[in-house]
Amino acid sequence: MRKFTAPAANEIIPGEPLIHFENVSIAFEGVPVLNNISFTVDGGQTKVIIGESGSGKTVLLKLAAGLLRPDSGRVIIMGHNLGEMNEVELLDFRRRIGFVFQEGALFDSLDVADNVSFRLREERKPPRECEARVREALRFVEMEPAYHKFPAELSGGMRRRVSIARALIDQPPIVYYDSPTAGLDPVTSQTIITLILRLRDLSGATSLLATHRLQDAFGLANFIFEPDADRVLPVWEDADGRHFAPTSVLVIREGKIYFEGETQELLKSEDAYLRQFLE
Amino acid sequence: MQALTRTMSTLTPKMPEPAKPAVFPLVIGTLKKWLLALQEYSILLADTAMKALSPPIYGGDILEQMDLIGVGSLPIILLTGFFIGGVMVLNTAAQFQRFGSASVTGTVVAIGLVRELGPVIAGLLVTGRNGSAIASELGSMVVTEQVDAMRALGTDPVRKLVVPRVLAMLIVLPLLTAVADLVGLFGGFMVSYFQLAQTASQFWNTAIQALVLSDIFQGMIKPLVFALIISTIGCFYGLRTRGGTQGVGRSTISAVVVASISVIMLDFFLGKLLLYYFVTS
Repeated sequence: MRKFTAPAANEIIPGEPLIHFENVSIAFEGVPVLNNISFTVDGGQTKVIIGESGSGKTVLLKLAAGLLRPDSGRVIIMGHNLGEMNEVELLDFRRRIGFVFQEGALFDSLDVADNVSFRLREERKPPRECEARVREALRFVEMEPAYHKFPAELSGGMRRRVSIARALIDQPPIVYYDSPTAGLDPVTSQTIITLILRLRDLSGATSLLATHRLQDAFGLANFIFEPDADRVLPVWEDADGRHFAPTSVLVIREGKIYFEGETQELLKSEDAYLRQFLE
Repeated sequence: MQALTRTMSTLTPKMPEPAKPAVFPLVIGTLKKWLLALQEYSILLADTAMKALSPPIYGGDILEQMDLIGVGSLPIILLTGFFIGGVMVLNTAAQFQRFGSASVTGTVVAIGLVRELGPVIAGLLVTGRNGSAIASELGSMVVTEQVDAMRALGTDPVRKLVVPRVLAMLIVLPLLTAVADLVGLFGGFMVSYFQLAQTASQFWNTAIQALVLSDIFQGMIKPLVFALIISTIGCFYGLRTRGGTQGVGRSTISAVVVASISVIMLDFFLGKLLLYYFVTS
């Protein structure tokens, strides 16, 4: 069996393609869900996938995690073609990535600590190490007081934050977020996006983020977390040039790529369909 | 003439093609669905067997499931076993009394319980209680993406969820069956002692002497097969749940119905096979 080797987040060379979709198509019971999708995400970049409900965003993320196999085309992550891997190799691959599910998908029979430390316990890490790393991850998402709580005792936003902590416990080089702000109020949504932004700028993790809210894309594209100042700042331009947030947008419509580019281009677009998202 | 023939042919109304009976495609479709389900079930069965024989094995999860299935089912097994034994004596004794041979009641109750009723009653009760719980628990995990989350965290759901449930059921159901047999005999004894005025030694002597090793053997092979069927059917329907909470309900019903029918049908075929084996050998 080939052992999957993945670089740590801080070993990723910015600008090198880490996620690559090549003419990917998938259908369920004869109904096409994704049709000939091709795109690339470079190391350290965040690609925001925008689309209506049922446009295939979740399917795209599941393909990128090897949870689904495409009918045709290739999904290449960190240089590995997922289509050529068997289930055991895929399990090994998935241990090196983070996935935040739509509703959090926390194990409801386990408390927050056990949920976050699930992967560490599977790897038979010593309990003391597990506890220290769980507390660190929970501190990052500001959920340490919920250490012993069960998912049923948490609000929707809290569950997403714990889910983010679970995904980042091993500091994966790639993180997928499936509609992390769906069904949340604007304030909580902003908190979640700020968390994702901090994670992006602190660890340099490459991300795919599926959402139907354009605000999420703008939040990620227009703000940067400055570790020195420990603050989230708007992107700015000075003598060194414009300080970009490493974020781009991909709009999916009826299983096909409708738009790919920067948020600024999207903002200027006169296309009626894209304007719907803006308005 | 040719023109006339052409005109005639255009004027003659075409006979509509005979409508195909709608039942036929429905039957074919249902058969295909069953065959596909059977294929998927066989794959799960083989996958489970392979993973149950190779590390990692989740010992803690097996113990947890043994507690849930075994200790949890004990009260209903005790109650039901006791009354089944009692009612068997009530019914059989009445018939035997007509022929003046009420003393053999213990024999019939012992053989009936150990060979047939003990395994079937334990199997059906555990199907209702735990087969349904397995299907609904796994079904809920599927619809809330917990199973996908488990896969995304690099853990095999068959190893983590299916294997512990199957192994726990294989260990616990034969034990529950033995308990059902014992309390059933005790229930039978209570009825024959208080209602038929039989002595304790009369009942227990005939009951125990009636049993031979092959009866015990038959009574212990059946729960092993039932355990495999109940747990894997529960897991199978749970893991293929689709369509939200309604889907969980449907999976649970399917698991209980299919497992119950399988237990009763297999009891007949296994009974026949084991009788043939023990009579001829």
